[in-house]
Amino acid sequence: MTDTSPRPADPDHAALPMVSARAVRKAFGRLEVLKGIDLTVRRGEVLCLIGPSGSGKSTFLRCINHLEKIDGGELSVDGELVGYRQSGNRLYELKDTEVCAKRAEIGMVFQRFNLFPHLSVLDNVTSGPLWVRKAPSGKSKDRARQLLDRVGLADKVDSYPNQLSGGQQQRVAIARALAMDPKLMLFDEPTSALDPELVGDVLDVMRDLAVEGMTMIVVTHEMGFAREVGDTVVFMDGGVVVEQGDPTRVLTDPQHERTRSFLAKVL
Amino acid sequence: MTDQPGPPAADHRVEGDPSTLKVVPVRHPWRWVASAVILVLIAMLVNTLVFSHVQRGGVREGRFQWAVVGHYLFATPVLRGIVVTLELTVIAMVAGVLIGVLLAVMRLSPNRLMSGAAWVYIWFFRGTPILVQLFFWYLGISYLYPQLGIGVPFLTYLGINPPLTVASTTLATSFIAGAIGLSLNEGAYMSEIVRAGIISVDEGQAEAASSLGLSRGLTLRKVVLPQAMRVIIPPTGNETISMLKTTSLVSVIAGTDLFQATQNIANTTYQIVPLLLVASLWYLFFTSIMTVGQYYIERYYARGASRQLPPTPFQQLKASLGRTRVRPVPALADAPWVAPHD
Repeated sequence: MTDTSPRPADPDHAALPMVSARAVRKAFGRLEVLKGIDLTVRRGEVLCLIGPSGSGKSTFLRCINHLEKIDGGELSVDGELVGYRQSGNRLYELKDTEVCAKRAEIGMVFQRFNLFPHLSVLDNVTSGPLWVRKAPSGKSKDRARQLLDRVGLADKVDSYPNQLSGGQQQRVAIARALAMDPKLMLFDEPTSALDPELVGDVLDVMRDLAVEGMTMIVVTHEMGFAREVGDTVVFMDGGVVVEQGDPTRVLTDPQHERTRSFLAKVL
Repeated sequence: MTDQPGPPAADHRVEGDPSTLKVVPVRHPWRWVASAVILVLIAMLVNTLVFSHVQRGGVREGRFQWAVVGHYLFATPVLRGIVVTLELTVIAMVAGVLIGVLLAVMRLSPNRLMSGAAWVYIWFFRGTPILVQLFFWYLGISYLYPQLGIGVPFLTYLGINPPLTVASTTLATSFIAGAIGLSLNEGAYMSEIVRAGIISVDEGQAEAASSLGLSRGLTLRKVVLPQAMRVIIPPTGNETISMLKTTSLVSVIAGTDLFQATQNIANTTYQIVPLLLVASLWYLFFTSIMTVGQYYIERYYARGASRQLPPTPFQQLKASLGRTRVRPVPALADAPWVAPHD
């Protein structure tokens, strides 16, 4: 499958995994949501996270761009710790501005789209480059139009989000994330809030992204997508990774009882 | 159609030719009674305002003395008073909104000292009457602090006095005391309005902004506050209208606002009621303008929140003049018994 495509300039860097988690723990109050997650995502890999609700999939995803702070373990993106800087044997918590700069390199797509309703579609897509990167307006708009064309919404640039269907909104949200040229894309149940007939358009856009070599982590209930597009499927339950591997193997021949009973319910 | 004729009771369709039937709307007799009562009351009001006369000191004159009202409506002292009233309103509202945003952000801050300080401010300024606060700014300040100065705190204990000092009485004029009192009081109320607006914005918005790399400040300015405006604007309009009238309280600290200007005239001419009418007409005039202004601002911030913007008052007026009588619109436009429109 997609082996790490080595960049000739910096073979060491290219060999690093995009995301590496070691014994990551997270609790909300007394509720332990992540009980030691070990996971590696290679460059260009499409990793699908599946599992029952409450299993910690979304929380883990949100830890990767520091929307949630981890309580233990080690989590790094592109060879750098999330939320900390190591110097000698000390970990320094990152300042807000540093956290923001790192988040800007990771795209995230939410279940409920979270487009900015007071901005037009075009302004939604240019918001990141204009406000965070201080990119020139003309260039950002050209790029936004390109991206909207790519997700099939070139004719909706002047619409407002609430004039679009859920599927269209989600594709705008993907374009908005891509406008920051992210090195990693996180999808948090991107099709769960959509009418069934609108799911296909969103999955098509994600499939194209995967083909182009984008590193993606997708929390999903779309087993067809996981099997077809995913390089790896990870099954989580109760805050731990129960099983992971090749999608076809995990989905058709699961090794663990918990995976089997989950798949029996959703397939 | 079936060949077997069913029982007549099962046939729900209209008897006879539907296109010739007349639709009788529901009658509302009590609406007519209520309308008659209102009309009589309007007639009484017009009569007493315009036509009725009264004996005062052996002289028969119009009850409301509109001629006197007209005489003073544009008098120079009254116009000067209007300027003061409008100035105080604008200053107090602009400062109030700024203080309100600052306090709202402080109250939502994770820092306990910040949110606590904001809470105490709101507690104090909402908990004491504005009238008392105005007296404090006008009289209390120069009593408590006869000299005001700018310097480093606590240095006076070492015998070092601030380089810039000024007598409080020269600073605490009735206008400045009024502006400060109204602004600080308004800030406390505005902060609660702004806070309600900020809370009303979905958390997902701030999350989406964070995921794009926006800082907390940028998120607030570019994403949260513009959406909070939809919730903030209507009560702020109320506050502004309320403030226009609250400024009349500065008359108790010798302010020369609209109300005090009319009172000054009334005190020399003894035409008390006509001058109360002068003040009332001007307050009504400005609140009316504000109401229309508020409508357009609300409409602007409704973008993206509602699919179709509500019609402007002028559009509504045009529409209601266009059709004098609303036709009953049937739920099923193509129901067979509805006569075609002529």
